[in-house]
Amino acid sequence: MSLRPRIAVLVFPGSNDDRDACWALGALGADAQAVWHAESELPRDTAAVVLPGGFSYGDYLRCGAIARTAAVMEPVRRFAAEGGPVLGICNGFQILCEAGLLPGVLRRNRELEFVCRDVALRVERVAAPFTSRCEPGQRLTIPVKHGEGCWFADAETVARLEAEDRVVLRYAEDCNGSVADIAGVCNEAGNVMGLMPHPEHAVDPLLGTADGALILASLVDAARERTFAAASV
Amino acid sequence: MKATILVRPKAGILDPQGAAVEGSLRKLGFAVGTARVGRLVDLEVEAASPEEARAQVERMCAELLANPLIESYEIELEGA
Repeated sequence: MSLRPRIAVLVFPGSNDDRDACWALGALGADAQAVWHAESELPRDTAAVVLPGGFSYGDYLRCGAIARTAAVMEPVRRFAAEGGPVLGICNGFQILCEAGLLPGVLRRNRELEFVCRDVALRVERVAAPFTSRCEPGQRLTIPVKHGEGCWFADAETVARLEAEDRVVLRYAEDCNGSVADIAGVCNEAGNVMGLMPHPEHAVDPLLGTADGALILASLVDAARERTFAAASV
Repeated sequence: MKATILVRPKAGILDPQGAAVEGSLRKLGFAVGTARVGRLVDLEVEAASPEEARAQVERMCAELLANPLIESYEIELEGA
C-alpha cells in the first residue's frame, strides 16, 4: 500500500489553482490527482477531496453556483456524508456554500475591490482533519486573492457556529467585510471546511510564508489515517 | 411560455454595488436616493399551464437562480 494518501483535486472549467494545489499536496506527501468535473466517481482510494480556487464557469450567476451542479459534486456529497475530509479553497469555498455543504455565502467584498495580499489569520479551532498541526490561537500569514470573499450569514447562524466551535479561522485584520471576520468555517461534523485564504500558495518559505503547509499537512495526515483505517478493515 | 425573473438583494442586506452606483449617479449630478442592483433572467418554460410554469420557475429560483440567504426574487409570466 502506498504511503502517499490519494487526494482528489477537482478541476472545473475556470479553476486555476488546481495545479498549485496538486503541487503543494504532493510536496507534503500526498498522491494528488486532478479530477475533471464531468467525472461521476472519485478515483479509487480517494482519502480527501480539495476544491481549488479559480473562477469556475466565469463566476456566472453567482460565484460557485454553476459548479455545484457539476456531475462530480454527487460523489463529493456522498464522500462528505461518509465523513471524508473535503476542503474548499476560495472558489472551492464558494462552491461548497452554494452546494449547501457549508453555511453562509460569499459576497462581493465590502469595498468592491479585489484583495490580493498576505493577511494575518487566527486559528480558532484546532482539530483534525484541517488544523491538527496548529496551536489554539496561533497566528498564520497566508495570502488571499479574491473579489467575492465577504462571508455572510444571518446573526442566528453566526451565533450557532460560534457556539458549536465551527469558526476555524478568523482574519486578524480587516480584509473584506466578512461577518465576525470569519475566514474559514466547517460543517457540523467537522469534516467539510472552506476558507478564502490560499494555503497552497504558502507552503514554501521562498514564497514569503509557509504557514499554509500547516493546514494542508493536517489534511494529508488525516487522509493518511483514513487510508490506513480503510486498509486495516 | 416566457418567464422573467427579477432577482434583488434582500431588504436589509448591504448592497455595496448599489451603493457604488448611487455614488456615481450623484457624482454625475443626478439627485437619486438609494440604488440597489440586482439581476434579470428571461426564460422560455415548457409548461401546460401558467400555474405549472410558475411552479417550475419557483423551483428554479430556489435551486439555482437566487440564493435565499441574500436574494429575493419576483416571477413574471407573459400573458398570465
